[in-house]
Amino acid sequence: MQRRKERVDRGIKVRSSDVFALSSWREMLYLSAPRLLPIVGLLLLSVVLSYYWQRVLLSVSVFALLAISWDILAQSGMVSLGQALFFGTGAYLAGNMNHYLGWPPYVTLPLAAIFGGLLCTLFLIPVLRLRGIYFSMVTLVLPLMLVRIIEATRIFGGTEGLSGLDPLPNRWVEIYLIIAVLLAALFGFRRLMNSDYGLVLKGISDNDRSVMNAGINIYWFKTQALFIASALGAFAGAFMTHVYMFVGMPVFAMDYSILPIAAAVVGGMGTLAGSMLGAFILVPLSEILRGLGGLRIVFYGLFLVIFTVAIPEGIFHYIQRKYHQFERWVEVK
Amino acid sequence: MGSSSLLNVSGLYKNFGGVQAISDLNFEIIEGELLGMIGPNGSGKTTAVNLITGFVKPTEGNVHYRGKNITGWPPYKIVRLGIARTFQMVKPFYQLPAYKNMIIPLYSPRVKQMTGGKYGDRDAVALDLLEEVGFERDAFVAYKSASVLPQGYLKRLELAKAIALQPDLIILDELFSGLSLAEVASIVPIIEKLRQQGKTIIMIEHRLKELFRIADRIIALNYGQKIADGQAADVMDSQEVKNAYLGSE
Repeated sequence: MQRRKERVDRGIKVRSSDVFALSSWREMLYLSAPRLLPIVGLLLLSVVLSYYWQRVLLSVSVFALLAISWDILAQSGMVSLGQALFFGTGAYLAGNMNHYLGWPPYVTLPLAAIFGGLLCTLFLIPVLRLRGIYFSMVTLVLPLMLVRIIEATRIFGGTEGLSGLDPLPNRWVEIYLIIAVLLAALFGFRRLMNSDYGLVLKGISDNDRSVMNAGINIYWFKTQALFIASALGAFAGAFMTHVYMFVGMPVFAMDYSILPIAAAVVGGMGTLAGSMLGAFILVPLSEILRGLGGLRIVFYGLFLVIFTVAIPEGIFHYIQRKYHQFERWVEVK
Repeated sequence: MGSSSLLNVSGLYKNFGGVQAISDLNFEIIEGELLGMIGPNGSGKTTAVNLITGFVKPTEGNVHYRGKNITGWPPYKIVRLGIARTFQMVKPFYQLPAYKNMIIPLYSPRVKQMTGGKYGDRDAVALDLLEEVGFERDAFVAYKSASVLPQGYLKRLELAKAIALQPDLIILDELFSGLSLAEVASIVPIIEKLRQQGKTIIMIEHRLKELFRIADRIIALNYGQKIADGQAADVMDSQEVKNAYLGSE
């Protein structure tokens, strides 16, 4: 009996892209496995992890949200160096609403996301016409400015911040809330970016004059992308405020700007899933290396270099390519 | 409408720093006309197009379209009135397959307005439009990434993107440059078909032979000024045009 190797995905692609007729459970599994993996994986992690690692998972998910938010902006042609702006604005909004107005977390979280998104969009609208590095510079400076304003004017608790804020009811609410938001953001915005609307956003990053020449107001589309990305970041900030029961100047720290970019680069840009995967590698890695004390940053930096040199396309793109190249033995008739 | 003026350019000036790119440009184009615009390199042809389509704001002067003053309007608003252009340097979305390039113009508010609020299946419309400009359906050229397409196809894609907007006035900025004779010969019928549909066309062109065969009227620019306006033969006979192209000695 003669046999040859055959790509698994070819036939499935033909059948699934147009006619939606899948012939077997194996093919269904081939298509759904990559999508089920993050869902099942996260739910499983939430129950098997120890209390300490559950806390790490919260922070991982928050950075994953920031990385997804960064990726949405990058795909729309805006390279942000200031995810901390979104994170910090959301964190302070939630903190103030809870501290001064006494609103509970389930009110402050959605409001901080929406108004944080609006506020950050307002901050950045004046520089929306800037492209490339000029836009990036402004996003880098804004969180640094806000932190100094809070320090100098002593508003919102000044250097001491606001403490004793309301926590979420219990740790299971915390963990499943952030998992639900993360998965919804991942699948929802992936779908959005693959729609015709997302195509217009990607077109802006590719060639904005050409999009303008199609009668499309690119600044309006950029504003929308900015709102989506900053609302996502602001939610992450508001969430952390209630987890820590504290908000202070560290929410504008550079970590929140730089780590999401590193996650997107390591995981692979342009897919959202890659950015999330990057956060799930880098943040736990940083925790594991904690035992090394002062050398932690050295090893961390080394890992970053190795990742980017060995897999410059990003881990997600690499895995995706390999997954599509799966082969099986078939009989030659 | 018959022979009413569709586009009217009057007293247009543009300085870039000290350089006078366009000075006192006046012309009009009648509905259904094919106007050729010629001139040596750097004579201001592309600047004139940029001024009409809003990519550059004039220092002085006015552009009227269907009697409406559109001077200084942003490009996206001008497109919505029904003026579409192609770029001399093609501007495709290189990351995308050719037919996905078409989705962006098909997403335009102009298309929505022309089709009565319905966009239809954009992928199907995109493939039909591309077939019209010569992307052979059987060879699946339309599915190839724009980054691997040869120049001839990119120019066709650029033209298809303009046609997708269902414009009344199409401005083609050196559509033929960089194409072989055979490629030009295959695009000319597409332009003639557009004329039969009643579209008004402005063509900037260095390929004078092909242009004169299809143009109704020619205007010639030199140093940002109009130096001739009329039938092809008259324009080429003009001493000023000869001087501009060949030097005055």
